[in-house]
Amino acid sequence: MSRRKFIQFTGITGAGFIMGLNTGCSNAPVPAKLSDVKIWYEFSPYLHIADNGMITIFNTKPELGQGVWQSIPAMICEDLEVSVESVLIKSTGGQKKYGPLQFSAGSESVKGQYMSLRKLGAATKEMLIKAASQEWKVPESECYAEQGEIIHKPSGKKLNYGALGSAASKLKVPENPTLKDPKDFKILGKAAPKPDIPLKVNGTAKYGIDSETEGMVFAAIEHCPVFGAKLISVDDADAKKMQGVIAVEKCTRIIQKYRSEAVAVIADSYWSAQQARKALKLTWDYQGHETFNSADYEQTLRNLAKKDGVADKPIGDFDKAYKDAPVQLSSFYETSMLSHSPIEPMNCLATWHDKDHLEIWVSTQVPGDIITSFAKEYNIPEDNIKLNVMFNGGAFGRRLYPDHVHETVQLAKSVGRPVKLIWTREDDTKLGPFRPMTFSDMKGGLGEDGKLVAFMHKVISPSIQVADSASFDVSKGDPYMTDGINDQKYEIPNMKNPYVHADLHIPVAAFRAVTSTTLAFAHESFIDECAVKAGQDPMAYRLGLAKKDSDLHKILTKLKEVSKWDEPLPAGKGRGIGQYEFFAGHAGFVVEVSKQDAGIKIEKVHCVIDMGTVVNPDGVKSQIEGAVVMALTAATKKGISFEGGQTKESNFHDSPILRFNEMPPVEVHIIADGGEAIRGAGEPGMPGLAPALCNAIFAATGTRIRKLPFDPKNIG
Amino acid sequence: MPVYKLNVNSKEYTVDVDAQMPLLWVIRDFVGFKGTKFGCGISQCGACTIHIDGAPARSCSMPVSQATGRNITTIEGATGNVTEAVQKAWIEFQVPQCGYCQSGQIMSAIALLKSNKKPTDQDIDAAMQGNLCRCGTYQRIRQAIHRAAEAI
Repeated sequence: MSRRKFIQFTGITGAGFIMGLNTGCSNAPVPAKLSDVKIWYEFSPYLHIADNGMITIFNTKPELGQGVWQSIPAMICEDLEVSVESVLIKSTGGQKKYGPLQFSAGSESVKGQYMSLRKLGAATKEMLIKAASQEWKVPESECYAEQGEIIHKPSGKKLNYGALGSAASKLKVPENPTLKDPKDFKILGKAAPKPDIPLKVNGTAKYGIDSETEGMVFAAIEHCPVFGAKLISVDDADAKKMQGVIAVEKCTRIIQKYRSEAVAVIADSYWSAQQARKALKLTWDYQGHETFNSADYEQTLRNLAKKDGVADKPIGDFDKAYKDAPVQLSSFYETSMLSHSPIEPMNCLATWHDKDHLEIWVSTQVPGDIITSFAKEYNIPEDNIKLNVMFNGGAFGRRLYPDHVHETVQLAKSVGRPVKLIWTREDDTKLGPFRPMTFSDMKGGLGEDGKLVAFMHKVISPSIQVADSASFDVSKGDPYMTDGINDQKYEIPNMKNPYVHADLHIPVAAFRAVTSTTLAFAHESFIDECAVKAGQDPMAYRLGLAKKDSDLHKILTKLKEVSKWDEPLPAGKGRGIGQYEFFAGHAGFVVEVSKQDAGIKIEKVHCVIDMGTVVNPDGVKSQIEGAVVMALTAATKKGISFEGGQTKESNFHDSPILRFNEMPPVEVHIIADGGEAIRGAGEPGMPGLAPALCNAIFAATGTRIRKLPFDPKNIG
Repeated sequence: MPVYKLNVNSKEYTVDVDAQMPLLWVIRDFVGFKGTKFGCGISQCGACTIHIDGAPARSCSMPVSQATGRNITTIEGATGNVTEAVQKAWIEFQVPQCGYCQSGQIMSAIALLKSNKKPTDQDIDAAMQGNLCRCGTYQRIRQAIHRAAEAI
């Protein structure tokens, strides 16, 4: 088969949803109309150019609000010499040909693909230049690319990429194309508008919940409120008599290693399904879990702190150094479980076209995983699953888990029709999976000069990996649950990070920044306690510990400058620092608070984030601003708790998130020194905020907060 | 089931639905405007905010039977200089992240600016605190509302 592969446009619409031309961007130099396209030339599975010059980029990264609709095309468009506004962007649907990166997680989208996508743009440009030079019979060196055209400099002749597509796509793909010098960048590193935003201000952006298909019916679903229960019997006589009800069907919720039965009402409208759901009479066997409650479980964790645990990569000899240290310090920190609570509740539309062809429409972070795991679960070939990846109405880790997708797929099979399942907010809040709490047992040994010579951060918590897989051997420790502890660039000669596992039968899962969101609170609060004990300024103390050439030193120095750390504050005001380096990246905060009656008010949040290389600085800033709101919710709003084996909270009235009037001013500074060391932006805004806030509260009031969440109006 | 005549975005629609069905589901699944979103079902998050006779309302908690004879406006039907200024400012400040709550945020902001040409920060706090954003775009919403007010 020839290198040239041409695909009629209709042949690729199944890969995802069509974004349409980004008409909302007024500066869009749209080179051609999609409807004029007759043929597409494939330069890569990720990049097609049409005969009329239209370019399609196949984006493997679901858009969750983190900005991949701009950042991914930007990395290709820069070297290809076209604008982001001029390209059509389509979501991939987990197909094999698009490779293993079809997920949005780990702040990976930019840092995982920066060079490979730039090379794709550069290689394609070189192929187009070569094709033009052959057409004109001129040296390649006399040709250059600009705004979707190859130009012959001496003669001024021009050819549109579309006119060159046929010849260029037959050429050998250069393995090491020349990349642009960053000083010539037109797109990368500059604040740029996101092409999805115009769709999000006029109601036309399509989320999973907006999906429709011919013959679709609606499902509402009842799960046992007690985790770990078994379904004994279903009395659906009353429910089936209700207006609009089509069927009542059982299905299995599959999440992580857990499988539990649920009962769904399928009806001609969502409202009818919801009403009939209330008429279901279900009997459950609670399996002894009906007495589980948060107070007892928290006490279990405190008791477990006496265990030694298993340390991941200890440094030096903590036990001896701590014993010998002239000054010893210890503290215990606690955090809570949390619900991800994206505003778009879990939902899915699925249909079986025949007994082994499945089509799904869903907001998800993991299209690749859905294809492979569903093919296995439902025993059909991967190629028989068509997955339409929609805009995610928030995700934050919740949409790594396709439990609601499994339910919908099973229900669609049972009723033989397309089914749209929508969980209520109450379902979403109550059923998890939840961010696990971590409790931290901290010990510090200080030398005569106050410097840390021994440091222990022991973590006691349930384990995400244990929840994920029945075969995970936690007796050897769990590096996920001690994430980042050993990555902090403080020079401490003796350190250990033991993990003590606490069993739990409730699904616990990755939340934005995963375990670092809770560990940083204990870690950086305790560093502050050590500074206080040493009688030193917390900034000077940290700078004294930070390796001189480290990013930590750079971030602290910048924070000191932008927060005007050395300018004294009046009594009743205080500043605090918090930072954390972990798998996703590295950001630090200085928070400024003032005393207000029995509580505090947050006056200002300064953030410094180290990116290495930044694609869209404005996008990074928005990620940090948003993470501050989410981290403040985690620190100051009621988390998730359990009583009688069930989640106590149910909706935003009793599991609130930060409201408009509660957001403090946030100022973000980006360090981007260039180079290939690229770091993420989506998650690093989470971990450092809570400790910076609590350290500021200590500075302003003398009260040390060791348990999250706390009430900022009454800090005790 | 009863038949209701609804005026949505200046057009008449006839729907045959349960009297208690919230207007949200009628608008989304019977009339067909999907820009209005479901978030909580109990008027806590504001994702379903529409205008009823020009005033902001939570469509998840309003039975369809209460909406007849009134002018219902959704994000798709929002027009005029205030709407245009708000949408333009939202793009200028790159407000949305996931965007799911933004139809509701924008409908609340339009209603605010129609009744208050130069809102203070306190006015904005009062008008916008019923609209939750899990992505945390509040700071940019505030900037965008001030910018839209300047432009009108």
